[in-house]
Amino acid sequence: MIIGFELNGEQVTVETTLSMRLLDIVRNDFGLTGTKEGCSEGECGACIVFLDGKVVNSCMVPMSNVVGRSVVTIEGFSETERYKQIEAAFRNAGAVQCGFCIPGMIMAVEGILRLNKPLTDEVIKEGLSGNICRCTGYQSIYEAVRHLGEEVWQDVQ
Amino acid sequence: MKIRDRICRVDSVEKINGKVRYIEDIDFENLHFARTLRSGIAKGEILSIDYPEIPDGIWVVDASDTPVNEVLMIKGDMPVFADKTVNYIGEPIALIVGKDKQQVIEFMNGIVVNYRKDEGIFHIDECRGHEDMTYSSYEYQKGDIGELDYDDTFEKVYSTGYQEQLYMEKQGLVGEYSDNIVTIHGSMQCPYYIKNALIHCTELPGDNIRVIQNTTGGAFGGKEEYPSLMACQLAVAAMKIKAPVELIFDRREDILYTTKRHPSQTRIKTYLKERRIVGMAFTYELDGGPYWGLTDVVLQRGILTLTGCYNIENVKVEGKAYKTNNIFTGAFRGFGAPQSMFALEQHMNQLARYLNKDPIEFRRQYFVKKGDISATSGVFNETIMLQEMADKLEKMSDYEEIKNKKDYYHGVGVAFIPHGGGFTGDGEASHIKAVVNLKKDESGSVHILVSSVEMGQGAKTVLAKIVASALDIGIDRIVYDDPDTFKVPDSGPTVASRTTMVVGGLLYKAARKLKPLMSQKGEVLVTETFKQPDNIKWDQTQLRGNAYLSYSWAAVIAEVEVDPITFEIKCTNIHGVYDVGLPIDEDTFIGQVHGGVAQGVGYGMLEVMESIDGLIQQNSFSSYSVPTMADMPRMYTDWIYNPYKEGPYGAKAAGELTLVGVAPAIASAVQDAIGIEINDLPVTSEKILAEVLR
Repeated sequence: MIIGFELNGEQVTVETTLSMRLLDIVRNDFGLTGTKEGCSEGECGACIVFLDGKVVNSCMVPMSNVVGRSVVTIEGFSETERYKQIEAAFRNAGAVQCGFCIPGMIMAVEGILRLNKPLTDEVIKEGLSGNICRCTGYQSIYEAVRHLGEEVWQDVQ
Repeated sequence: MKIRDRICRVDSVEKINGKVRYIEDIDFENLHFARTLRSGIAKGEILSIDYPEIPDGIWVVDASDTPVNEVLMIKGDMPVFADKTVNYIGEPIALIVGKDKQQVIEFMNGIVVNYRKDEGIFHIDECRGHEDMTYSSYEYQKGDIGELDYDDTFEKVYSTGYQEQLYMEKQGLVGEYSDNIVTIHGSMQCPYYIKNALIHCTELPGDNIRVIQNTTGGAFGGKEEYPSLMACQLAVAAMKIKAPVELIFDRREDILYTTKRHPSQTRIKTYLKERRIVGMAFTYELDGGPYWGLTDVVLQRGILTLTGCYNIENVKVEGKAYKTNNIFTGAFRGFGAPQSMFALEQHMNQLARYLNKDPIEFRRQYFVKKGDISATSGVFNETIMLQEMADKLEKMSDYEEIKNKKDYYHGVGVAFIPHGGGFTGDGEASHIKAVVNLKKDESGSVHILVSSVEMGQGAKTVLAKIVASALDIGIDRIVYDDPDTFKVPDSGPTVASRTTMVVGGLLYKAARKLKPLMSQKGEVLVTETFKQPDNIKWDQTQLRGNAYLSYSWAAVIAEVEVDPITFEIKCTNIHGVYDVGLPIDEDTFIGQVHGGVAQGVGYGMLEVMESIDGLIQQNSFSSYSVPTMADMPRMYTDWIYNPYKEGPYGAKAAGELTLVGVAPAIASAVQDAIGIEINDLPVTSEKILAEVLR
């Protein structure tokens, strides 16, 4: 069947089934390969996209849940000003190694920034503990987000 | 640029914005997909395979298509495809290949393999004393343990389980065949290991084999030898169907059927005279799984530094690796040392406790220093600064205060670790013989031509920094593409913490040679080849002499809190002091420390992986727990400068060292917190509870 939804700000349609995973659609049908498949069971966060602005693991989202809704992938998000701040924070903190988890991690970081709460230790750890990174030991990512939190809150104030 | 300049990683932007392409992200024209038909039993004979009628567009690729059915690693005992017999659960029997993934899966569901099942061997206890179940057996001595004068002994047995690398990007390769050339693309650590395995398997000349690495999403040893097996299968498949074939594992099969860290058992008997160590005897045993793989080398790395950071006068070491029908065990960051150093360091902590001494003070009496004789009777040639590292560690951790914390369930544990850089003994000179090229092109850019790969560890940043600094040019003038064996010489595999020290050392020398030629017009190529330093002597038959080119050192303290009701363990802090000569890029080095600590935390207290009758019981992220951000301790990291004269700017090995000390430090901290002896990894609340109830 034909399913229509918004992808990175554009109306799109795709010929597929209702049970097809959103992850496969963005990667295979639209060539948006920044979204990664790590665990295939919603445990690692490498496949995070925004669905109506909320963080979801796209490997766990069937297309039936996407009909008529808005999807933003790392490719879409990386066009924003906020993304540039996050990118700079990650670069400066040396928070990237193999890189495979990083696009999903970036999306998760934006997810906790959108909570509009101060980025306390608890908020960061809870917000990012669904994203597995096997390289960095997370401390540099934590530092990047801590720093970003200060920056973003200054902007807000 | 100068070597101490701070830079951002050269490959970070494309990894952050998701534009970088891993093998799974790349399109190949007319790409076919392969799935692996695997053995369902651990040992037996294949009587027959019932295939459904093979439809158009589906191919079965198996042993009958394979020119030489051997995967060349150290030996060629592992078949590319199991033929008649199978030796572990998941052993590949055939590739099923087709253009339509769904059709491949449907066809696979209809296949029935009929076996005659044999009794498998699943425990190393069953192998002892059986030569046919023993891959390798080594023994070496220093002094004379038989003639010791002693008045007390202290003996314990330590064991460790499996650990899965769990790189975020699964194993994945694509094989192509055209114009009589086999090309393998994908996620790997060792392009030339694959090339050599392909020459052996396909019988094509070396000029007809091309291996190209793609951005690799983590490896940690898991993509050292294993991709050679997949590459041989893909070469055979691509040659048969004359189209590109992709083999990318799903996560479940990657966890279940690819290499793991070897389970181990280590017995240590310490001989004491007037409360001082006068001798130590070790027996170190590994479960090597069904085929040789790299087990023999893992075994050697496990036993060569069994006395760790200590100068012990009389030593006897026995090491054995056994053949079982468990999963194929292989390379994983640390390579035999996490097992042996857990045993040694936990033993040292227990000895200190037994002798009623502080664990750091106790160790200080035995620290090796320059000029001492190692366990393998080689001379320590370099300056060793373990006393200074211990001072620094005590200071940075507030050791006097934390060890006297009165909270009953707070514990402090210590580990001191050596790690040899590069291949063992004379391996770099006799076996690897690394070659590097540097090429200045017409535009003045300088190309690093090596087979060492970026897999997340930071090779692209570190090697570029070495060359740019030696030439005193901007790092933006350095080009370091993912290696392609048609373009780069064999600088050896990306393993053994050798990339910065050995390959970086050669690149530094090459850059010094190139520097006066930089003003020449046109292209300039310089080559550098590894030569063994004169003060390195090694006898491989006796395991005697300098076991490594140089040693890096780590001093680690773990602090834990144990919940008195649930026995849940929280590792709160890891303090570490490291001697890696000089960190070429401090951010990259700290990244290596943090990542090594995380994998050490997993190995020490989280990553339970069990095998029952040859079947791994944990097959997903939800059943195999690796550390999340919430599980991680705060890491405090410092280092000392102790330049190694053969290393680039004094740099030594760093990658593996950072993992090894964490698990024993955690285990001894737990023991310190609750007074229960911990001799088995990982330490979990379930194990503590079982011990309490005993």
